Amino acid sequence: MDLPEITRKRISQFLAEGKRLDGRKPLDYRKIEIETGISKNAEGSARVKLGDTEVLVGVKIDVATPYTDHEGEGTLITTTELLPMSSPRFEPGPPGIESVETARIIDRGIRESGFIDFEKLCIKKGEKVYSIMLDIYSINYDGNLIDAGNIAAIAALKTAKLPKYNEETGKVEYGVLTNKPVPLTDKLPINITFHKIGEKILVDPSAEEEESSEARVSFALTRGEKKGEMLINAAQKGEGKIFTQEEMFKILDIVEEKYIEIEEKLKDVKN
Amino acid sequence: MAYTKRFDGRKFDEPREMEAKVGVIKNADGSAMFRFGDTIAVAAVYGPKLFHPQHMQNPQKGVLRCNYDMLSFSVNERKKPGTSRRSQEISKVTEWALSSVVNLDSYKNTVVDVHIMILQANASTRCAGINAAALALAHAGISMKELVSSVSIGKIDDKLVVDVIKEEEDYEDGEGATDIAMAFMSKSGDIALLQLDGKIRPAELKEAIKLGEKTSKDIYELQKKALKKIGEES
Amino acid sequence: MIKTETEETESKRELIVPGEAIIKGKDYLPGDGARREGEEIIATRFGLSDISGRLVKVIPLSGIYMPRIGNVVIGRVIDMTFNGWIIDIKAPYLAFLPLAECPKYVRGDLSEYHDIGDMICCKVLSFRGKGVDLTIMGRGLGKLEDGMIIYINSNKVPRVIGRDGSMINLIKEETKCEIVVGQNGLIWISGKTIEEELKAKEAILFVVEKSFVGGLTEKVKEYFGGKK
Repeated sequence: MDLPEITRKRISQFLAEGKRLDGRKPLDYRKIEIETGISKNAEGSARVKLGDTEVLVGVKIDVATPYTDHEGEGTLITTTELLPMSSPRFEPGPPGIESVETARIIDRGIRESGFIDFEKLCIKKGEKVYSIMLDIYSINYDGNLIDAGNIAAIAALKTAKLPKYNEETGKVEYGVLTNKPVPLTDKLPINITFHKIGEKILVDPSAEEEESSEARVSFALTRGEKKGEMLINAAQKGEGKIFTQEEMFKILDIVEEKYIEIEEKLKDVKN
Repeated sequence: MAYTKRFDGRKFDEPREMEAKVGVIKNADGSAMFRFGDTIAVAAVYGPKLFHPQHMQNPQKGVLRCNYDMLSFSVNERKKPGTSRRSQEISKVTEWALSSVVNLDSYKNTVVDVHIMILQANASTRCAGINAAALALAHAGISMKELVSSVSIGKIDDKLVVDVIKEEEDYEDGEGATDIAMAFMSKSGDIALLQLDGKIRPAELKEAIKLGEKTSKDIYELQKKALKKIGEES
Repeated sequence: MIKTETEETESKRELIVPGEAIIKGKDYLPGDGARREGEEIIATRFGLSDISGRLVKVIPLSGIYMPRIGNVVIGRVIDMTFNGWIIDIKAPYLAFLPLAECPKYVRGDLSEYHDIGDMICCKVLSFRGKGVDLTIMGRGLGKLEDGMIIYINSNKVPRVIGRDGSMINLIKEETKCEIVVGQNGLIWISGKTIEEELKAKEAILFVVEKSFVGGLTEKVKEYFGGKK
């Protein structure tokens, strides 16, 4: 959109040599900074910086009626707002496809991984369950909002506490937190997004690199039952160009390694 | 029972701890954060820039657009993401307050966008938003007559208080709670915003305005300091 | 004591915010970023106050680029009409490069000369209302190829160029790159290798970020010394 053609050419020429303009190697993430408990009125919250990309995520918890096909399980709603304050690229107004897709990719990874123990969020089967609302906001955009939002979502959930539920009124007493965390498992739903520029595969693109990207694919992984085993819970290929099978296989060869790297960063995030 | 002591122990004419920081959003042409205690607002300015579509352009002066919103989790009870009637109205009064200081004549045919986001709310959010926005506009190098500083004054029962918090807004005893949001131009003391909700006598409102102006001077000093700090760094 | 003009201006530069009084006195004249109110000259922009003789102005530290006649700028072709190109120069207005302002005679398809996405170094010919006209008649103007474009705030351009081009010449020498600095903050860097271009980019960003104004050239020399 805004990237000069000659700069795009440089990005791709340099990548062909295995180098990036900011000095990283193709499979390097930028510096990840995670800060939790940033909002007093949220049940859980986090700010994540991935280089110059910054996102805020908040967890709000309410009680609701469960879905009829999952009577004994709590619910999860994930939204993403790409704020116009975070980049001239984003227009005010209702969420566009970019924010909808980001929210859905993150939502699927969390939902399928078993990270949230939905059964433990049930208060009374068929009647009352906890409902988790996960809202992701971009504050400054410099590429890779999917992975940044995902990391922040995990950090916010890990540090969230259930609000006090008043059985008589059937409502949540906001502002009064219990010391009970959200029932989580150790299966972190980590999303790794890969991009293709020319014939090279890279992770964690800057805004300039994201603009040069020809194709992307996101994999949400979690740890399986067996030691060392990993499972893919969600995948999404985006943008109009293709990956060859060879490229896709190469990505699948490295995705577990990247999972461990991000998992390590999230280790210190505790309730 | 009369309101003799504030919920958070502050003096009646004492604002909460205030903080101002300029340059918080890298992509923006200008940005700032302003905090009254637990109420935190950030503002980002983009522009002056090309105004699309062309028929919206004003050949005589620039257009200032404000967009105030709150994070869904900035309040206890989750706010549905996206605009509401409340946020639309606040956006408009903020736009008017800022239009009174911005020299829009210098920016014919263009638009200046001001985005305000409340990160955490405990009343006085529009005031924090205006303070942050004024800083962001100056930081973006926009031509302004002067700065603008905003504060809320409350009448809680029969007492005038500076910088209202949520508990005070909800006060129901005696004469109840009146919340008055106001903004003053930093040099002239002219009124750029006045919004009131409650019950107050005209004579009391005069007093409230004087109290507001007094506090706005402190806010202005803080705003000035925050701008000069970023100036020294650039 | 007789002061030189530069000494006088530098001693009086102070950070100033809109609405603040810069100086009092009927003799002073408000220049850019300033207005008169009664006895006082008041700032209308955030920046450094500058008093030279009777003229009082504010040197802005931030803000969008506003075109001025004679400025050399770098822009991107975003569209074509039957008689020229529409150029984005990162200003609040789009600019137009008419066919008549090209040194070569072009017939047929305009895109063979300048295509959408091309970066062009132009000079601002006129600026009226919202119309900015450009020309590429002149030395060093025209299409920029093979290199990279970086962006800096246009207010930092004088610092990057330095007195009589001393700073930019130093960076060119040290990095062996060709560099064109547009007054609008777009900079084109072209070297034999991408590494050289990145070295130049880093040096420029170093200059932009350093707040110490005095002895900056020396600091940059040291910077290159340490880099080798």
